[in-house]
Amino acid sequence: MEVWALQLFNGLSLSSILLLIALGLALSFGLMNVINLAHGEFIMLGAYTVYALQQAAMALTGDVSSSVTFIMAIPLSFVVAGAVGMLVEAGLIRFLYQRPLDTLLATVGVGIFLQQLARSIFGAPNVQVVAPWWLTGGLELTDGLVLPIKRLFIIALVLVCIAGLYWYMYRSSEGRRTRAVMQNREMAASLGVSTRRVDNLTFALGSGLAGLAGCGLTLIGPIGPSLGTFYIVDAFIVVILGGLGQIPGTILAALIIGILNTVFEFGTTAVVGKVLVFAMVILFLQWRPNGLVRVRGR
Amino acid sequence: MSALLQLSRGTLVTSWAPLIVMLALLLLAPFVLSDFRLGLLGKFLTFAILALALNLIWGYAGMLSLGHGVFFGLGGYAMGMFMKLEGTGGKLPDFMFWSGLEELPFFIAPFKYAWFALPMVFILPAAVAGGLGYLVFRSRITGVYFALITQALSLIVSILFIGQQPYTGGTNGITNYSTLFGYQVFSPGTQLTLYFITVIALAVVYLVLRLVVNSRSGRIMIAMRDDENRVRFMGYDPAILKTIAFAASGGIAGIAGALFVPQVGIISPSSMGILQSIEIAVWVAVGGRGTLAGPIIGAVLVNAAKSGLSESFPVIWQFFLGGLFIGAVLLFPAGIMGLFRGELSRERFTRPLTRIRELKQQGIGGVVRQWTTTSFR
Amino acid sequence: MSGLSMLRPGMIATCVKVALGALLLISVIACSSAAPAATTAPAQTMKETAPTAPASDAMAGSMKEDASGVIKVGVLHSLSGTMSISETAVKDATLLAIEEINASGGVLGKQIEPVIEDGASDWPTFAEKAKKLIQSDEVAVVFGGWTSASRKAMLPVFEANNGLLFYPVQYEGLETSPNIFYTGATTNQQIVPAVEYLLKEGNTKFYLLGSDYVFPRTSNLIINKQLKAAGLEAVGEEYTPLGHTEYSTVIAKIRSAEPDVVFNTLNGDSNVAFFKQLKDAGISPEDLTTVSVSVAEEEITGIGAENMVGHLVAWNYFQTTETPENTKFVSAFKTKYGENRVTDDPIEAGYFGVYIWAKAVEKAGSTDVAAVKEAAKGLQFQAPGGLVTVHDSNQHVAKTVRIGAVRDDGQIDEIWNSGSPVVPDPYLDTYDWASGLRESVQ
Repeated sequence: MEVWALQLFNGLSLSSILLLIALGLALSFGLMNVINLAHGEFIMLGAYTVYALQQAAMALTGDVSSSVTFIMAIPLSFVVAGAVGMLVEAGLIRFLYQRPLDTLLATVGVGIFLQQLARSIFGAPNVQVVAPWWLTGGLELTDGLVLPIKRLFIIALVLVCIAGLYWYMYRSSEGRRTRAVMQNREMAASLGVSTRRVDNLTFALGSGLAGLAGCGLTLIGPIGPSLGTFYIVDAFIVVILGGLGQIPGTILAALIIGILNTVFEFGTTAVVGKVLVFAMVILFLQWRPNGLVRVRGR
Repeated sequence: MSALLQLSRGTLVTSWAPLIVMLALLLLAPFVLSDFRLGLLGKFLTFAILALALNLIWGYAGMLSLGHGVFFGLGGYAMGMFMKLEGTGGKLPDFMFWSGLEELPFFIAPFKYAWFALPMVFILPAAVAGGLGYLVFRSRITGVYFALITQALSLIVSILFIGQQPYTGGTNGITNYSTLFGYQVFSPGTQLTLYFITVIALAVVYLVLRLVVNSRSGRIMIAMRDDENRVRFMGYDPAILKTIAFAASGGIAGIAGALFVPQVGIISPSSMGILQSIEIAVWVAVGGRGTLAGPIIGAVLVNAAKSGLSESFPVIWQFFLGGLFIGAVLLFPAGIMGLFRGELSRERFTRPLTRIRELKQQGIGGVVRQWTTTSFR
Repeated sequence: MSGLSMLRPGMIATCVKVALGALLLISVIACSSAAPAATTAPAQTMKETAPTAPASDAMAGSMKEDASGVIKVGVLHSLSGTMSISETAVKDATLLAIEEINASGGVLGKQIEPVIEDGASDWPTFAEKAKKLIQSDEVAVVFGGWTSASRKAMLPVFEANNGLLFYPVQYEGLETSPNIFYTGATTNQQIVPAVEYLLKEGNTKFYLLGSDYVFPRTSNLIINKQLKAAGLEAVGEEYTPLGHTEYSTVIAKIRSAEPDVVFNTLNGDSNVAFFKQLKDAGISPEDLTTVSVSVAEEEITGIGAENMVGHLVAWNYFQTTETPENTKFVSAFKTKYGENRVTDDPIEAGYFGVYIWAKAVEKAGSTDVAAVKEAAKGLQFQAPGGLVTVHDSNQHVAKTVRIGAVRDDGQIDEIWNSGSPVVPDPYLDTYDWASGLRESVQ
């Protein structure tokens, strides 16, 4: 019984991680039709931001795991990755909007470049981020049922991201413009919405969310130059299953994949579990090529 | 045959001359290059065949496949298994033993016969591509979705091949071959022969594709790329056509893989992973998709650049590689071949001017429309 | 622009340009070899850094040292891609050894010049670069490789060209190539003694966890035989894909199998995820012993010492190993590469491998592969980790086995060692329970 409760939690936790890495992609890929294969590297940027901040704090105060540093790192990882995203959009992506498949090839180049940049600055070996004290340990419900605080924190982080995204898209004027452009670009433009600005901000927002994911992943995963490659395919699978342009679809897809993967992996092995999930997604797309949640197109 | 006649009309000399020059250069290369460089060139030429294969489905049928590493790998594994079994004399290869197998599995055993293994080089990847293609094209999955589904295919297959160590050699792949049809694989003589076989294979693939592209079905394929619905309304079934093209493309990729293995001496899942599959697309893009010479030039040039850069700057060469990908897409959207064509027709230089003239005539509304549509899709 | 447009007739100029392009292409390749390649003798090679030698040096084909007083050696590790997290440090150690040898006069009175290549975590690339180093640069020896896959890819190249490779990492054994020296541990110098130690400590329930590739699978094959000989059976055996980062389910499985010990053969990045998540799941070393054979000081830095305190590792060398040679080595390494850098077993093996080769060359009086191999037999060297002896026939080295526990500063406290160097036995011929291993792979 405890085992199943724990597995349910593990499934939810995996879902939250998948959602965290896929949310940013749902914006750039789902809304803008940009295939950003450098998304993983934006995750890496976020992770290294936390590391760099901790090293700076170490040099200044001698305390590497201070809570203040980590709390500061959360928004900063968003800002750093978002700023780099903004640059990439302005310098590269915007020339390629007519050619979505070319964004794929160009962003592979961006990814390779960013990986080497991290390697040149921080060195090739993995680095370590020290979690603040309040994130260590677990919430012990019963003897065998321990919920790690870090995983609870990541779930919370995802909820905050979704809330923030919802607020941005549906409650702010920028978001209103974004939705207008995504629904009918020409109409929005002729009504005076700067589509350039919307594109730029949306891509930056997607990259920023990747940075946040990187910040969260420092708690449970490795931090190295090629960190992004571990997550990128999972992220795309989630977005495709969810359906393009559909944040609710992305959320649903992350939940389904996370829980199925955990169940399969528990019943078989990690390798078989992963293959099964991917094969199921491909078969599902045969049946509903547009994903779980369908866009009502115009 | 009619296609050949049609093709030769009026363009015989001019369109064949550069190819003959190219072929002659490739055939002369062994006299100029050292053994090592020749081996590299041979490897690049197998990549050129692979690029031609991808170009068939991407450049002409308009479907970007990110799964071509898999087809290349399947062909390579078929060849690798054949050579491995020849080396052991039909006994259990070492990797099977240390993964706990006692005897040769029934589905691997036939690979010790050349009459089975060599056709499989083409049939196996073609069958996988055909099967997947039929499923995908029937449900009218196109564009980005197709690219990502094939990408998932490379991931699944490479994970499976790594996981099925008893049958595939796992991450190590299949390596350490001794002989091929009784000849020492690594002797300079065998390598030279393999090089010439590769050059001939490349030439044959090129010619066949040239015939196909200029044939009636080739033209329908191109029409399908440019407007699928019209082709459908004209009574053709795009799904069948695309499936055939995809299967053929997969089979050709398999041939490339089979030529790769004896020259490089290893086939492993790293040759069929996602990154490798994307790289193939970059070769084609750099050379010029939708042209026949482009992918060849692109594959050789990008790989020569990779080798050269990593030799000269082993620590930071990835900066240049990343830059190359970005630069190629940004600056040469139609690839190197596009550069030649654009320059000649002067279209490249005159088009912007005509466009501005048009916009002026359309007035402000036209400018907005033009501007907004160019900034999206 | 439609593909049909290229069918337009009469583009003579286009074709000429294509031909020119092709010419350019060939010349690029020819130039990148940058050698006076037209000569029939193997081309004398060129790294821009090499002092320009007169062309006549290219004669006498097989001579690998040239008159300018330089001996070229290859250094071939992954400097990019996923494996660079581990391999760059080994490259650094190899370069340090070369520098030290050069400072004390070099080998045979000549300076050693390293030619560095990037294997890019891609096995065919390793084969390509190995071929380049041997054929094109004509290096006397190559130091490199980490993964078994990269070694297996390079092996036929070295055997076909009669090159020489020094491979610095512990591996799964069952291999003796006449062209490879193995300076890392084979199974009877790491895994087998580690299991023996665990059995002696009274552990009976083993859980085998590894990444899905050759080293863990072969190791576990051996461990299973060893357990069977002790009348035991593993309570679980699990493999995760390379680069896997989600271990909550695996940890749940371990929890329900209730083992005494987890024998961990995970690779690189996966260890970071596993140990971080193991700690968060509330499982401490007091609850569950883990022994890792692919986690050294360098990896602990990335995992975070606080996540691994108290867990066990098995190697032949720790940074804390107390020998005069090690004190010197650690301080030299830190001086050259930075105070916060650490040393570990593969780094040490990458370092002393160069010394063993240099000693063998001095003894042989030449860099000729056959002569160096002959001279290396029984060669002894005081490595940082203690005395190492090259085996007479299998070209592995005898070295001391050590088991240690991770400290809170990321260093390792030795808790057991084999007392004296263990003679390498890659096919486990001397173990009854392993009989049949050798026959079946040869």
